[in-house]
Amino acid sequence: MELTIILFLFGGLFLGWSLGANDAANVFGTAVGTRMINFKTAALVCSIFVVLGSVISGAGTTETIAKLGAINALPGAFACCLAAGSSVYLMTKAGLPVSTTQAIVGAIIGWNFFTSSKIDYSVLTTILATWVLCPILAGVIAIGIFTLVKKIVFNSKIHILRLDAYTRLALLLAGAFGSYSLGANNIANVMGVFVNISPFTDIEITSFFTFTSTEQLFLLGGLAIAVGVFTYSKKVMFTVGNDLLKISPLSAFVIVLSHSIVLFLFASEGLSNFLTSMNLPSIPLVPVSSSQAIVGGVIGIGLLKGGKEVKWSIAGRIALGWVVLPILTMVIAVFYLYILKNMFDLKVVF
Amino acid sequence: MFYFKNSKLSLFGNSKNLEKDIDEFVSILSEVGLSFKLIVKDFLSNATGENFEQRIEKITAKESRADTVVKQIEYALYEETLIPDARSDVLRLLEHLDEVIGMYQGNCYRFSIQRPDFPQEFHADLLSLTDTAVDCVETLCLTVRSFFRDVRSVRDNAHKVTFYEKESDIKSSDLARRIFSSNLNLDQKMHLRYFVEKIDGICDRAEDIADELIIYAIKRSV
Repeated sequence: MELTIILFLFGGLFLGWSLGANDAANVFGTAVGTRMINFKTAALVCSIFVVLGSVISGAGTTETIAKLGAINALPGAFACCLAAGSSVYLMTKAGLPVSTTQAIVGAIIGWNFFTSSKIDYSVLTTILATWVLCPILAGVIAIGIFTLVKKIVFNSKIHILRLDAYTRLALLLAGAFGSYSLGANNIANVMGVFVNISPFTDIEITSFFTFTSTEQLFLLGGLAIAVGVFTYSKKVMFTVGNDLLKISPLSAFVIVLSHSIVLFLFASEGLSNFLTSMNLPSIPLVPVSSSQAIVGGVIGIGLLKGGKEVKWSIAGRIALGWVVLPILTMVIAVFYLYILKNMFDLKVVF
Repeated sequence: MFYFKNSKLSLFGNSKNLEKDIDEFVSILSEVGLSFKLIVKDFLSNATGENFEQRIEKITAKESRADTVVKQIEYALYEETLIPDARSDVLRLLEHLDEVIGMYQGNCYRFSIQRPDFPQEFHADLLSLTDTAVDCVETLCLTVRSFFRDVRSVRDNAHKVTFYEKESDIKSSDLARRIFSSNLNLDQKMHLRYFVEKIDGICDRAEDIADELIIYAIKRSV
């Protein structure tokens, strides 16, 4: 593989690394921060399931991203990833809970503008609607699960210590599910723009199983996320854990589970196909924000408890992120594409 | 098996042991109360021989065992970082319950050492006050058990503790009034009142702990 190809892929791997460093904290932050689960255990489980989710179920959301903009030149994909990484960094510095999802979509639209490619507005509308739906759905699911869990806990009259042990196991399982869903849903952000220009070739392992070039890309992206988890997420996990100290471990489990369900719903091709076969409206396979799903769950539980503790300013800032981040990334992407094309004489579209 | 912070415990094994420890500790509190009732009864019926002293020694042994159990629970909770959200409440609760065991033990030794001379006419009232104090702590034990297993019934049980505490206040005031309106010498009156107040003090402490439990229960239910 050429050195330039590795260099261009590095943009996606960097995004993967930052996804692992930040979003793993959404899945295991409270559990690790409150010392319910050891960091090493959390990182190991998270890494394994992120990679599994990416390789096994990452295709659905990637297809949607590819529909939005069929980036067909490696320098173009590189510029998009770099733009997404830059804007996420800037917005995080500004204290806004943003996501790589919104950034990469803004970058792809920027690429569409720069290369005069057509934007599929129906896909764009679906993606935007899903972003709004994601935290709302997470909140509704959290309310449902929390009500059920509370009823079970109170009626079973389980000892506080045994409940603690069950909660640890539940947090670990929900975390594994969350990591799988994160990989399945968010690998499109990391590797989606490279799918049409994958430098890999299919590897036939047996006559029944072929390791496709896309799956190889996803494996690479999943590993980048895993590296992010191991190298940088510990600090973020402890920050999240301490910020959410008022949330009990049981509430944390409910929030992580509802987040994981939402990410899974928007990533599962099997579920989408099943609903279509039953003549029901199918769920769009769209990469959604892990952070915003978590915040949706927190607000849901807050509302269930009377809404007094809900910080509506955070909800407002999320809505601001939906608008500001894609536009900002779009502008940065156009700037990077301009530089690559005019200063380095690289083809950003074929 | 899963590995958790600072421990290599099987997931539920250690929790079961700790549950047993906590149950044992609460049982010790309950048993010490029942023994205290027998000791007061023996003392008033002048049965203060070897059997009487043996009962006090048993209470001392139980108090010592309670200290050991509390330490075991404390180490386990901290070393294995169990129940992080309720750990400090549980440890404070156990320390306060241990104080009640200490109060029982202290009263037993006071009877053994100071030998207060309660005239016959006050025996029934003193026994009744002792019964109320022990009932109060028994109800506290129920409240503690419900805190660990059925947080919704904590308030109901704590309410009963308050009821017994008020009963104890009435009984101790009546008894003190009767003591001071008797023909006994002032020094004896003050000595007897001291014992009445010490027994009533057990209920006051039990009520404080019950109030704390209500707060802990609210925190747990949120």
